[in-house]
Amino acid sequence: MTATVIELDQKGPASILRIEGDITSASEGDLMAAYGLAAANGATAVILDFSNLEYMNSGGIGLLVTLLVRAQRGGGKLVATGLSDHYRQIFELTRLDEAIEIHDDAEAAMAAATA
Amino acid sequence: MVETKDTAPASADAAPANRDAANWARPVDRLSAAGVQGAKDDAVTGKRVSGPLQGFGQLWQKSFSVRLEGADIAPTDLIVLWKERFPTFWPKGQSFYAPLSGIAPGEVALLEIAPLPGAPVKLSTGVLVLYADDESFTFMTPEGHTLSAWITFSARRDGDVTIAQAEALERPSDPFDELAYMLGGNRQNNTFWQATLGNLAKAVGVAEPTVETKSVCIDKNRQWRYWRNVRNSATIRSARRTLTAPVRKLTGRG
Repeated sequence: MTATVIELDQKGPASILRIEGDITSASEGDLMAAYGLAAANGATAVILDFSNLEYMNSGGIGLLVTLLVRAQRGGGKLVATGLSDHYRQIFELTRLDEAIEIHDDAEAAMAAATA
Repeated sequence: MVETKDTAPASADAAPANRDAANWARPVDRLSAAGVQGAKDDAVTGKRVSGPLQGFGQLWQKSFSVRLEGADIAPTDLIVLWKERFPTFWPKGQSFYAPLSGIAPGEVALLEIAPLPGAPVKLSTGVLVLYADDESFTFMTPEGHTLSAWITFSARRDGDVTIAQAEALERPSDPFDELAYMLGGNRQNNTFWQATLGNLAKAVGVAEPTVETKSVCIDKNRQWRYWRNVRNSATIRSARRTLTAPVRKLTGRG
């Protein structure tokens, strides 16, 4: 199992969380901490960049749901970018794509996040 | 690990190969349970999946876990056992009809559940095996199920002890399901999984298992845009089937 590494990049009202490695239920602490930091920095939208995601199990998908609930509770928005065809299919299969907008690149994601 | 940076984003290179590819169900638009024997499949075939984001009611996060003290069984072996004998751990009166090829990604299983003990109506529905690996497997519910949910069954090691766990993210699917959930369905759902985990523990030799339960409402908002889920309600369908059975029998419409 590869560790989860999350890189936070603040760009005005939006934050980019670049996720590297694995996303499983064990990633909860790191992911929620990163989100908390983004929110504390004033981000009203968070872009999840999955370009370097290597592995995700169903625990990881569940984690994204709880993250989404937390974002919505704070009036924030979540968008996603960098999904490979494989992970985009998983978003579609789980119908997570109906709640988290998916964009092909970071620029489009940023535009959507700050719209 | 969280790192912060103020530099421009790196270009998006091709994604590394993913190790989970074989563990996920393939994309499916509509479910098919035609190959599952033992129960009617019309409550599931043709339906879409419906997860915790597509339900009407409040969102609950639940965890049921049992320490298998004294049982000499590794987590991966427990998962093999759980997949092979899944229906046998369910409380009496509730039925799980596994696909012929077993619990594997993409397979569909059928369920017959009595909403209340001894109830004359049995709810016919099913689940999709969304994900499965050596240490866990996850079901996702179809449209019509009383819950729009994911539930993951897993096993892990804690020192010398294997722990079996069931974790759910669930929303009652429609307004009637939400009402039933509030009026006792939530508690009954917990009792069901506590009994299931207890039966699993006894099967591996734990004489008096203790199931630890955590149940938290993580989203108190109801998703009113999904009130129309009621049109797919397996509860209403099953009740109508039961009530009209005598008439159908008389008229030969089976």
